[in-house]
Amino acid sequence: MLAEALFFSAVLFAIGVVGVLTRRNAIIVFMCVELMLNAVNLTFVAFAQSYGAAGQVFVFFVMTVAAAEAAVGLAIIIALFRHRQTVDLQNINLLKG
Amino acid sequence: MIPLLQAAATAGTHPLTGTIAEWVWLVPLLPLLGFVINGALSLASVFHAGPGDPALAHGEAHGVDDGGHGHAAAHDDDAHGATGDDHHPVVRHRFAGVASIVGPGVLILSFLLAAAIFLAMRGAGEMTAPFIQRYFSWMPVGDMHIDAAFQLDQLSMMMTLVVTGVGMLIHLFSVGYMQDDPGYPRFFAYLNLFVFFMLVLVLAGNYPLLFIGWEGVGVCSYLLIGFWFSDKVNSDAGKKAFIVNRIGDVGFLIAMFMMFANMHALDFTGVREGAASLPFGGIVVTTICLFLFLGCAGKSAQIPLYTWLPDAMAGPTPVSALIHAATMVTAGVYLIARTNVLFSMAPVAQLVVVIIGALTAIFAASIGLKQWDIKKVLAYSTVSQLGYMFIGVGSGAYVSGLFHLVTHAFFKALLFLGSGSVIFAMHRAYHHTDNHDDAQDMRNMGGLKQYMPVTFWLMWIATLAIAGIPPFAGFFSKDEILGGLFARAQHSTIASASLFGIPGSGWLYFAYLLGLVAAFMTATYMTRMMIYTFHGPNRTGEKERGHLAEAPWIMTGPLVVLGILSAIGGWLNLPEFAPLGRVGALEHWLDPVVGESTARVMAGAGETSASLEYTLVGVAILIAVGGIALAWTRLKPESLVPKREAAPEEGFEKVLVNKYYVDEIYDKTIVEPVVGVSRGLLWRGIDAGLIDGVGVNGSAYLARFVGWIGSQFQSGQLGTYAWVLVAGVLAVLGAFSIR
Amino acid sequence: MNALLTSIGYTHWILPALLIIPLIGAAVIWLLGARGGGAGGDEVVSGVAATPRMVALVTFAVEFIVSLGLWWSFDPGNNAWQSVVDYAWIPSWGIRFTIGVDGIAVMMVLLTTFIMLLAVGGSWTSIRARSHSYYALLLVLTTGMLGVFLSLDLFLFYVMWEVMLIPMYFIIGIWGGDRRIYASLKFFIYTMVGSLLMLVAIIYLGLAARDPATGIPTFAYDYVLQNAMVTSTAAKWLFGAFFLAFAVKVPMFPFHTWLPDAHVEAPTAGSVVLASIMLKLGTFGFLRLAVPLFPSAAMDPTIRGIILGLAVIGIVYGALVSLVQPDFKKLVAYSSVSHLGFVMLGIFALTVQSVQGALMVMINHGISTGALFFLIGMIYERRHTRLIDAYGGIARVVPMFAAILTIVTFSSIGVPGTNGFIGEFLVLLGSFQTQPVLSVIATTVVIISAAYLLWAIQRILFNPLDKRENEHIPDLNRRELAIMVPLVAAIVWLGVYPAPVLRRMEGAATKFVNMVDARRNLLTTGVAEAER
Repeated sequence: MLAEALFFSAVLFAIGVVGVLTRRNAIIVFMCVELMLNAVNLTFVAFAQSYGAAGQVFVFFVMTVAAAEAAVGLAIIIALFRHRQTVDLQNINLLKG
Repeated sequence: MIPLLQAAATAGTHPLTGTIAEWVWLVPLLPLLGFVINGALSLASVFHAGPGDPALAHGEAHGVDDGGHGHAAAHDDDAHGATGDDHHPVVRHRFAGVASIVGPGVLILSFLLAAAIFLAMRGAGEMTAPFIQRYFSWMPVGDMHIDAAFQLDQLSMMMTLVVTGVGMLIHLFSVGYMQDDPGYPRFFAYLNLFVFFMLVLVLAGNYPLLFIGWEGVGVCSYLLIGFWFSDKVNSDAGKKAFIVNRIGDVGFLIAMFMMFANMHALDFTGVREGAASLPFGGIVVTTICLFLFLGCAGKSAQIPLYTWLPDAMAGPTPVSALIHAATMVTAGVYLIARTNVLFSMAPVAQLVVVIIGALTAIFAASIGLKQWDIKKVLAYSTVSQLGYMFIGVGSGAYVSGLFHLVTHAFFKALLFLGSGSVIFAMHRAYHHTDNHDDAQDMRNMGGLKQYMPVTFWLMWIATLAIAGIPPFAGFFSKDEILGGLFARAQHSTIASASLFGIPGSGWLYFAYLLGLVAAFMTATYMTRMMIYTFHGPNRTGEKERGHLAEAPWIMTGPLVVLGILSAIGGWLNLPEFAPLGRVGALEHWLDPVVGESTARVMAGAGETSASLEYTLVGVAILIAVGGIALAWTRLKPESLVPKREAAPEEGFEKVLVNKYYVDEIYDKTIVEPVVGVSRGLLWRGIDAGLIDGVGVNGSAYLARFVGWIGSQFQSGQLGTYAWVLVAGVLAVLGAFSIR
Repeated sequence: MNALLTSIGYTHWILPALLIIPLIGAAVIWLLGARGGGAGGDEVVSGVAATPRMVALVTFAVEFIVSLGLWWSFDPGNNAWQSVVDYAWIPSWGIRFTIGVDGIAVMMVLLTTFIMLLAVGGSWTSIRARSHSYYALLLVLTTGMLGVFLSLDLFLFYVMWEVMLIPMYFIIGIWGGDRRIYASLKFFIYTMVGSLLMLVAIIYLGLAARDPATGIPTFAYDYVLQNAMVTSTAAKWLFGAFFLAFAVKVPMFPFHTWLPDAHVEAPTAGSVVLASIMLKLGTFGFLRLAVPLFPSAAMDPTIRGIILGLAVIGIVYGALVSLVQPDFKKLVAYSSVSHLGFVMLGIFALTVQSVQGALMVMINHGISTGALFFLIGMIYERRHTRLIDAYGGIARVVPMFAAILTIVTFSSIGVPGTNGFIGEFLVLLGSFQTQPVLSVIATTVVIISAAYLLWAIQRILFNPLDKRENEHIPDLNRRELAIMVPLVAAIVWLGVYPAPVLRRMEGAATKFVNMVDARRNLLTTGVAEAER
């Protein structure tokens, strides 16, 4: 059971990574990040079966943080869209040093 | 001061213990007191406290009533005319009265005390050990103990009498000479301070304390040369004097370091004892002596460091008389005499001293032949006479050098003060008619004998004395130097030594020859000066002539005393061939200090034969008379024209007038390269360019550059960042899996 | 005097009191400032500056008077640390708050309290903005500097070293001249580069001297000195770290270029403190830490040769560069490089005379150069320029200023009879015994030093009074005289009768020389290693 769960979460994680790396739309990138987080959550839950409840607790933490992140992140994306009329990441380089 | 004085005297049984000699500390302290009072008066009369907040004080009117630009009647300085402010009525300084009493007063007291101590020394009978008074511990460091200690012996006594005696006369002269100067108390403050340091110099019981006096007189010389500091020439001259002296001081310092390194002592007694363990003529003692002589060459204006002394004539004339003729410049001679033990052990160093002395004597005398400024003539004459003194002390004939020091103090002080009184008269005459001609140029003088007869006669006495005409003072001392030199060329430790492969005797004969030629030149240029100044027609000017007059009694009085001393000063140390009184009094007096060293140099040589001695004396007199005769017959004062009409000199005369261009050569070869390298290479190049530019700011630029390169990776593309992140994670994972 | 001091238990509280009094003063100023100050404008005119400067003056006066007791309470015959106060500070790291004095520290403390008192006077009308912060920083700075002199714990030493850095940074950066930001940054970064390495070295040493049972490091000076064991290679690296920290501070050639900028831009009191006291912390560091801790490294022929060489280069170089400075303040700054070179020469020549001379130069430079900076500040307040060529002939206008400047100049030149001579003479005489060639080279600098200073004062004080704006400069006022007279008195006193000062430092200097001399050939720091 553990192996299947881990395999599944690995696939999910890889999809998330590829999505982050290849997609340009900020919303999609954002959702891919969420996907990665959930893949990790799945791993935690799977390990919790054999190693105790600490994994479950972590999942709650991650979900809380992810929720906060989603709220803030989506707000940023909306603000960005209002400002620039686009959510295409290639057109946004505010992080440039 | 008093509680410190309770330190015990060293030799409890010294014959001077309990006599007035224990008050020797008061001799220099009195002039110091005079300095404090006069200095306070000077500052009190000119100081106005500024407002509490200086930044808000702009435009506030502020009285300027002193600081030096002299309206002095006797303002002897070329550039003076240009400033054109002579029209102010002459107002005497408000503290002039007090300063006139305090300034010379402390010197009179000092001299009286010194004379009393002298009498006590005479009364104490044979005194072989010096009387050393320790006052307090000055620099006690580890095993080195340098005390503030005075040493009273025959040599320092002699110097003290000269300094206080001649100093007293010059102070009195200054009362008249400087009477209308707005910086009157300041002048006496400096002069008093000078005497204090000079007395510390001659009374010091160890080299570092002597060095205090040595540099202290240099400081006073600096201040007094630049006394009228508002003219650049004067302050330049003061600065030059100090810096050139410092070159010599380096030699003195190094000599002290070597003494401490090799003899572990810096007091005279300790060095005397320590010297015994050094090898005769060894490298150490020779080097010490040569470094010491470097110091002497600076202070006593010998080649190559003599250039400051003629410039020093920018100071008021009494300063030239006191500092730059009678006392300070002879400090080098004193130092060698004081260190006679070491010098007598270093024949090579002695040779160097003699040769430099002889070269200086003839070199300066030749320049003196063509100078027009009356004080410049005397300045070069002083340099030349100092050369004689160094021939004396250098050849181990310490007494003759010191004898000449004393007689020279008399006649050169007289010459300078006489020239001062001439300049005083000239300046007054020009002042009355608002003429801005040069009051020191001999071409503007002439025929002054009818206007100032006292000065005229006294100056002639001094001229005959310096020229070496018997029976005036200079004859005896100069003859003794040359005679002593001749005797040592025949047989002495110096004659046995050699320098640059040439035997010492050869050098000494050569020096003797130079000395004779210089003596001839001396007689010539002095007569020239007298002729141009006092004889022939007057060239001062029609209007001015009526205002020429003899100086007041306060100035002529000291001149008369010095005149008498110049005439009879030779009696101090009469030679055997002229037993006009007690023979060799000074020699006998100084015997405990220098006798042993003199004998050591002579190394058992016999007496010079009487016939040879008479021949030498005859030659000397002939040369002096010849020099005077040459000048008297060849020079035509009638054909001279005043300075502003004079044509420039040609050929070798031009070289002489320009003093062989030595100043210019020093400027081009030393001063300018040093300044140029400092500015161009060291400051702009190394400091600003290399260290700051490349090192400090360079590292800042480097950091900024590295940062810029890093910043180029920050494209701002989230996708790129993500790729890098993933690549990094994969790399880390890969690294772990490989292990 | 001693009985009186004993009766009030002077030695038990004096050192902490010296550190605390300025902090109290600073706190008072800050509290008062929080209520009233900072309105902007010219605070001297508006009267805002009156309170903080008065509080600072009183504080420094108390500090100075209290510190004077050390002159008597210090026992020159006792070579141990005196007036020691010792508290645990951070026990788990073995850091203690230990302070005490030897003969060197006593003189440095007295110099500091003396100069700081005068520095307030020098700031009186020249600090016209944010005066609350200024005087408070000046007080904190004092605690830092005194702390360095007093520390007997390496870690405390480091802390104090940094404590004094920050106020100075602000003093230059806020109240400085036009290029103050550049100068203060340069000062800060230069110093920081050195001091961080020193921190590493201190931690290394503390660990090297750790208690083998508990593993707790020790930073106590004496303990480290005796017990820290490091290999000779490590000793060289550690010495290098200390060397860099102190050489920057001294400053030695070629680490000196922060000094002219900092001096020129700093306000008068800043320059004075920098020159008189802070530079001495560098040489003090060599005497207290760098050389005694690593004698084998410091006296290694190559390393010693390099340092002596740099010292002499600094002496000559500083003097030559001074010669051509158009800015008087910069001239004095470069002359400091030259003077401090004498100190380094004296320390590394390692004879009792040269070390005593170095200590005297430290004190004398503090007095003479401090006095010069005060005088420059005074004339700057009147004419708002430091360029030498802007003056000329002003001795006629400001005779008192001229008289004092001349005396101070002679002192700085080292004319015998002033304090300057004693130090230079002893350094040169002492170093001649072990390093004759270098000593002779250094001796020639007395010519150049006379040249640059006399040339400068000639162009300022003498020559014709040819500029109209110089004709009505007011002379020194009473406050300024009150600053200068004690300095001139010190110049004469130390020149004529330095024996009491020399006697107090003799023990420490001799101890330094003997200890370093005895251990220079050991391969390691601790005695314990050698005894094995």
